Amino acid sequence: MAEATLAAQSKPEEISTRPSLLHNIFLRNLSAKIAALPMVLTVLVVFVGCSAWSVIYSFTNSGSLPSGKFVGFAQYERLFKTARFVGSAENLALYGVLSLVFTMVVGFLLAVLMDQKIRFENTFRTVLLYPFALSFIVTGLVWQWIMNPNYGIQKVAFDLGFTNFRFDLLTNSDTVIYGLVIAGLWQGTGFVMVLMLAGLRSIDEEIWKAARIDGIPAWRTYLQIVIPMMRGVVITTLVIVGSGIVRLYDLVVALTQGGPGFASDVPAKYVYDYMFARGNLGQGLAASTMMLVTVLIILIPWAYIEFGPKKNK
Amino acid sequence: MNKFAVAATMAAALMCGTAHATDLEVTHWWTSGGEAAAVKVFADALDATGTDKWIDGAIAGSGDAANPIIISRILGGNPMGATQMNTGRDAEQLIQAGLMQDLTEVATAEKWADVIRPAKLMDSCMFEGKMYCVPVNIHSQQWLWLSRPAFENNGMTVPTTWTEYVADFPKLKEAGIIPMSIGQGWPINTMWGVLLASIGGPDLFRSVNIDKSADAVRGPEFKAVVDAFAVVRDTADTSAIVPLWNDATQLVIEGKAAGNIMGDWAQGEFAVANQVAGKDYDCLPGLGMHAIVDTGGDAFYFPKSTDPEITRTQLELAKLMLSPEVQVAFNLKKGSMPVRGDVDLAAANACMKKGLEILADPANVLPTGEQTFSSDTQGQLQDLVLAFFADKSMTAEDMQAQYADIVAASE
Amino acid sequence: MAVDTLEPRGMRPRPFFTPRKIIIYSLLFFISVYYLFPMYVMIVTSLKSLDEARGGNIFALPIKVTFDPWFKAWDTACTGLYCEGLKVGFLNSMKITIPSVIVSVLIASINGYALVNWRFKGSEVFFVILLFGSFIPYQVMLYPLVIILRELHMFSTLQGVILIHTVFGMPILTLLFRNYFASLPPELFKAARVDGAGFWRIFIQIMVPMSLPIFVVAMILQITGIWNDFLFGVIFAGNQNYPMTVQLNNIVNSTQGVKEYNVNMAATILTGLVPLAVYFISGKWFVRGIAAGAVKG
Repeated sequence: MAEATLAAQSKPEEISTRPSLLHNIFLRNLSAKIAALPMVLTVLVVFVGCSAWSVIYSFTNSGSLPSGKFVGFAQYERLFKTARFVGSAENLALYGVLSLVFTMVVGFLLAVLMDQKIRFENTFRTVLLYPFALSFIVTGLVWQWIMNPNYGIQKVAFDLGFTNFRFDLLTNSDTVIYGLVIAGLWQGTGFVMVLMLAGLRSIDEEIWKAARIDGIPAWRTYLQIVIPMMRGVVITTLVIVGSGIVRLYDLVVALTQGGPGFASDVPAKYVYDYMFARGNLGQGLAASTMMLVTVLIILIPWAYIEFGPKKNK
Repeated sequence: MNKFAVAATMAAALMCGTAHATDLEVTHWWTSGGEAAAVKVFADALDATGTDKWIDGAIAGSGDAANPIIISRILGGNPMGATQMNTGRDAEQLIQAGLMQDLTEVATAEKWADVIRPAKLMDSCMFEGKMYCVPVNIHSQQWLWLSRPAFENNGMTVPTTWTEYVADFPKLKEAGIIPMSIGQGWPINTMWGVLLASIGGPDLFRSVNIDKSADAVRGPEFKAVVDAFAVVRDTADTSAIVPLWNDATQLVIEGKAAGNIMGDWAQGEFAVANQVAGKDYDCLPGLGMHAIVDTGGDAFYFPKSTDPEITRTQLELAKLMLSPEVQVAFNLKKGSMPVRGDVDLAAANACMKKGLEILADPANVLPTGEQTFSSDTQGQLQDLVLAFFADKSMTAEDMQAQYADIVAASE
Repeated sequence: MAVDTLEPRGMRPRPFFTPRKIIIYSLLFFISVYYLFPMYVMIVTSLKSLDEARGGNIFALPIKVTFDPWFKAWDTACTGLYCEGLKVGFLNSMKITIPSVIVSVLIASINGYALVNWRFKGSEVFFVILLFGSFIPYQVMLYPLVIILRELHMFSTLQGVILIHTVFGMPILTLLFRNYFASLPPELFKAARVDGAGFWRIFIQIMVPMSLPIFVVAMILQITGIWNDFLFGVIFAGNQNYPMTVQLNNIVNSTQGVKEYNVNMAATILTGLVPLAVYFISGKWFVRGIAAGAVKG
């Protein structure tokens, strides 16, 4: 995003060389500001305001309505003593690492594969991308079925005589997260592939020619030249994939309901359960505040590197 | 999509937009076969008034899915006309905030206090001396449903107690029958509650749920219940555990599973499948161990409306729901027992009659967890029960210790 | 790929079955199987009778093809008391999706344009907070949003749900537009300024015509997201506007007697048809749009 920042450095006022009336300039600025108003309001009211609201109410004993009394850190003390919350955070961490690594790596490799001047590229691309168009309800339903030992792949293998074959990821506490990852990859990698493919296509042919002349093998060209040049696309992809992971909820509900037991429970589901099903807003909001804090801890250093120092140039 | 459909949708949108006075939207999560048939009794009764109309707002996926929608709508100032809701502390805050319609007027005129039994049901709808909800039925959870063919076709007699039933597990497995089918999620918790009441007995149940005695939880009687629960856990393989409660009932109806612990609402499913109690299936209240029923049930609340026509219709519906004819027809479909003690239940089947007999003696009546613990504490206990059921490495002692901690911490 | 084009292209005819090509195409084949498999299962199951769907092999082709599950899912499947299938929600989903997509894309494009070409004090800060916002679970903001919309008298209205979709679509869309506009040559903007064009004129006459590809990308993303949304539709749109996903949820998550897998599968495909059609029709544009500069930055 370095280029973007640079491009935007040139201030409109400086290049406006034509003499113009003061109020004319004022009006121009005004329309730019009016145009940015929806964004400013969204940021201030929704993302800052509502987050602050949820942090404030996490210090209360609110039940099913936001109206409780201030109780200090009581909700947080309870939160950290709750095995289910701690477990759900661990589940999310495992899912997050697996999902992030596989989505990015597989997405990139698929993009490289698609970039090999293949025939029927449109067809293959559509095949990889279509699951992204489906809702999580659909993904959950169909994968639940495929991985169900009584109906799915396992039963078919059993009927064919492979009686020892097991494909029951979702019914086993130790493997259910992998089941989630498989279904999540099915839905999400196509989109990452498209982003990466677009990134690859935007790289100048000349660079490839130069690398070829220098005798650098293709894999090294990708690793050492192409990937660093795709920084922009990688960041866009990370934001999209990362926010999807943190908010992971729909897929879990559709596929496993957090089970067996709580082996696939995630923080967002804990928040949701306490806020709505169990009438304990305070506890739900305390959990969500912890999610928010974690995200901030990860993102603030990145945002500082990305936007901080360059501004003073 | 033809022009008529477009016109119809537009017309519907217009009608709702101007809040046509006699349409009453009712939200609920009753979407299984037996449940839908029961809701239809209410809807037909309201429609039969000629002026008022029931608009069905079903949201599938149990109360967990519907709750945020119901509360948001009430909070946002666009409430439904009536809604199914869990009684107890959840509703209390909405009542306190003045968002719920006071039904005391209807309750007095219709003399609900005289006809509703057990009287405790009234209490769960009362707040500061006023009536805010309509209890529509009594559900008891303590039932074991057994498929007669599953036993008889394999040379076994249908068990009459839990102990006999558990002894049949190995033979059933050998015959390729699932000993006990289980729905995922809350049905596991229901099963736990049933074991606690039926195997532990009413005294243990009362000291845990009413006296909130952590010592009782740490005692040997409680341990015996946990051990029984562990037997079920260790017998259940992946074929026994199905996504929804009615999927589990369905396995019993088809004879693929021998039994299933579920509340009396399961009876609605047997009825939809045209099965006859005593012939196709058997039922053991209190698992055949103790003659007990609890008196959970469903209730409807009426969010306050600014439109007097809506309020009038709400009061009308509240009255209808408890009228003797509707009570009988509704409960026969739902598989539950009427809240009125003065209705004729000649049409009731063998199982419901067993239940009514037990209900007649107040000593047999247990409160449900919903009436004694806050939904927050219930949630914590449910988390523990589900975690225990999913994790074969968790010992009975671990479970007891954690259960005791939660009970001790509840207010 | 560039490497290939540098190889001598003389008389030697290149055989189609080079080892490299065999590897590439067999890889593509296996990957396609993984992606197509669930769709295959859904379609095959939706064409079976209930007995066949429950008893048989989920991979097997239907012995007797029937379209009844499709008709049932569309027309007569029951949710609660109403047995009218998915068709009730279709128009509502359209009513919600079309204006929401238009408004949210429009506002995000203006954001991106303002962030790149009309920076004001603190604009980057707003942008960073916006990106943070995409990491906050929606559920957390549900109650305050309900209260805000109530005070605006927009709760349970189409305008309300449009506003909600605009707000939650804003982070990612703004990111895409910002990156896209940043990749356009800055001289264009400068020249227009020299000619005295203002904020809106430059946007409408220069920026929009040049950014068709990214508009397509943004619209595809929003159509998919909004069409598939359940929670916001059911809470903010009001009961007269319940989207199709409400019926889908009711059909899939409730069973009246026997679970009708074939109808469930038909219902899920039917609900997914609109976003799927959008992808199939504009898939080419999608990649081009992103490649056209959305990924630079």
